[in-house]
Amino acid sequence: MDVLYTIFIDPFVQMAEAPDFLLQVVWEGFVAGILYALIALGFVLIYKASGVFNFAQGIMVVFAGLSLVGLHEMGVPALLALIMAIGVMAILAICIEKFVMRPLVGQPDIILLMATIGMTYFLIGLGEFIFGGEPKQMITEELGLPTGSTAFEMDNGGLVILQHIDIAAAVIALIMVGGLAVFFNRTRIGRALRAVADDHTAALSVGISLNQIWAIVWFAAGIVALATGIMWGARSDVSFALEIVALKALPVLILGGFTSIPGAVIGGLIIGIGEKIGEIYWGGLVGGGIESWLAYMIALIFLLFRPQGLFGEKIIERI
Amino acid sequence: MFYRETGQFKTSYTADQQIFPIRQDRIGVAIILAVALLVVPFVANEFVLSAIVIPFLVLALATIGLNILTGYAGQLSLGTGGFMGVGAYACYKLVTIFPDVNVIIHILLSGFFAAAVGVVFGLPSLRIKGLYLAVTTLAAQFFLEWCFIRIPWLYNYNPSAAIEVPGKTLFGVLITGPAASGVARYFVVLAIVIGMTLLMKNLIRGRIGRQWMMIRDMDIAAELMGVRPLIAKLSAFAVSSYICGVAGAMFVFFYLGASEPAVFSITLSFQILFMAIIGGLGSLVGSFFGAAFIWILPILLRVWLPAMGFDIGAEAIFQMAQIIIGALIIFFLIVEPHGLARLWAIGKEKLRVWPFPYA
Repeated sequence: MDVLYTIFIDPFVQMAEAPDFLLQVVWEGFVAGILYALIALGFVLIYKASGVFNFAQGIMVVFAGLSLVGLHEMGVPALLALIMAIGVMAILAICIEKFVMRPLVGQPDIILLMATIGMTYFLIGLGEFIFGGEPKQMITEELGLPTGSTAFEMDNGGLVILQHIDIAAAVIALIMVGGLAVFFNRTRIGRALRAVADDHTAALSVGISLNQIWAIVWFAAGIVALATGIMWGARSDVSFALEIVALKALPVLILGGFTSIPGAVIGGLIIGIGEKIGEIYWGGLVGGGIESWLAYMIALIFLLFRPQGLFGEKIIERI
Repeated sequence: MFYRETGQFKTSYTADQQIFPIRQDRIGVAIILAVALLVVPFVANEFVLSAIVIPFLVLALATIGLNILTGYAGQLSLGTGGFMGVGAYACYKLVTIFPDVNVIIHILLSGFFAAAVGVVFGLPSLRIKGLYLAVTTLAAQFFLEWCFIRIPWLYNYNPSAAIEVPGKTLFGVLITGPAASGVARYFVVLAIVIGMTLLMKNLIRGRIGRQWMMIRDMDIAAELMGVRPLIAKLSAFAVSSYICGVAGAMFVFFYLGASEPAVFSITLSFQILFMAIIGGLGSLVGSFFGAAFIWILPILLRVWLPAMGFDIGAEAIFQMAQIIIGALIIFFLIVEPHGLARLWAIGKEKLRVWPFPYA
């Protein structure tokens, strides 16, 4: 009975006893979730337009962050460095489209997946070669991002501390999701993107340039990566360890569906909050550190009941 | 012109169904085996044996294991590193608990633990397909990695959280541990790899292997034709994990000598997936090509680049090697998505009809 109590009752008692702490945990999870959602957003953009499962999104985040910080270290003013980092992502997008995606059109999923992992190797090597392998400090203040924190007092006297940078991250993520939604639904290029996502051949036949669209999509994913890199870098630092964290976007996508932008956000929040709560309240029972696999297990359990993901369309199989 | 089966008549089913029906293939394999047995151990120095040849053979075996699952049965797996780790830790525990039994038996037994774990994590494959399955194998990878760190019993409560291989002998010769000679380890590794490869070749040619390929090509159609997906998929997971487990145990016992949980990380899983894909999915000889490409090439690059006059420091050489490997992976995927094994097959085909372009 003791075991059942510690697993099923005690964590909830702890939550009820310290609501301020619970709120803090949920907030931490919320912020982590937003960052997962941002990475997942990059995945979704590329998956929607080209059906490529982009494992390199994680390293693109690192690479974008590194270019920004690295350029600043070389003496470029912060804002100019930001613009140049955007330029770097644009060049990267064009190169990826020209040298990787275009020759591999029509190959099976796993080959494209492998090509993006090959890109990961390449970018890790290149990033370390140019900027060095040590973790770097993000130039938060120079970019005009808020630092510091605000503490809210609860009714029972507890404190909930919100970092300003986290609030900024949430706002920027919201703006980006909104902006992407407008871009996809209201602009000419956005409509072309959706047409390509729907059917490559049909899109080609009405005069949409696939190459151009893909370069744009990779560029958009690069911008998302840059934003993610700045936010994540401000919370910890810019290092290659982020690349593994970016794999967390996979369970997020499983929950949210591979093609849905709102799904990516909701999935990110579920995973972020779920794994923080799990780690704090249940992790201690098995020795802690369960954050590294809890997200995958959550996704696995969801998948067992809904093999197409939470928001995915029903899979119909024919012979 | 040398490679041609003209005039080689088969008069019995046994002769027709042998592994290498063409005489030139048999001669080629015999030469490779002769080189591996008689030339390599006497020509190669300790460094080449320990740092290149032995890990190459072990990783080729792991690649064969992954190829069974991904190449033959069509189930994408990113958890190879984890399954190899299970084999390594199982072997370590077996050696601690039964120190008197021969270490070879331990290594062969440790695969069964990996197979059991593989079957458990293979269960979702009955409902989940494709990239979605990759996530469940990632769950296996991260969960197992966590186990290797958090369960001190697995590494005998060693304060450094590492496993250290004790010296074990076979026929009175030391074959494991830091004191064992490269040649002794090489012969043991070679024997196990050849044995396992033969076993797998026959498994794939047989009933169960053909079922795996049916499942891979279209699982619903296979089911309608009487293949039971439960048996076929789980047996693929079991066999694949068994091979990976044995390879993992060999990786630690014959190559590393001591190991920490980080060895069996997601990086190793990706590396082996690359070997399988660059070599060619669904090809045993491709597994060896892929392992050679991914394992040996970076080492050669690290040796060659300074030799060619790129004197830019050890760290930069390492990064250059990584850039080149990444670029080469993409290059090979573009040139031949079916892997080096397909290039090899095309080459043989050209030789058969030479000097004509078509047969």
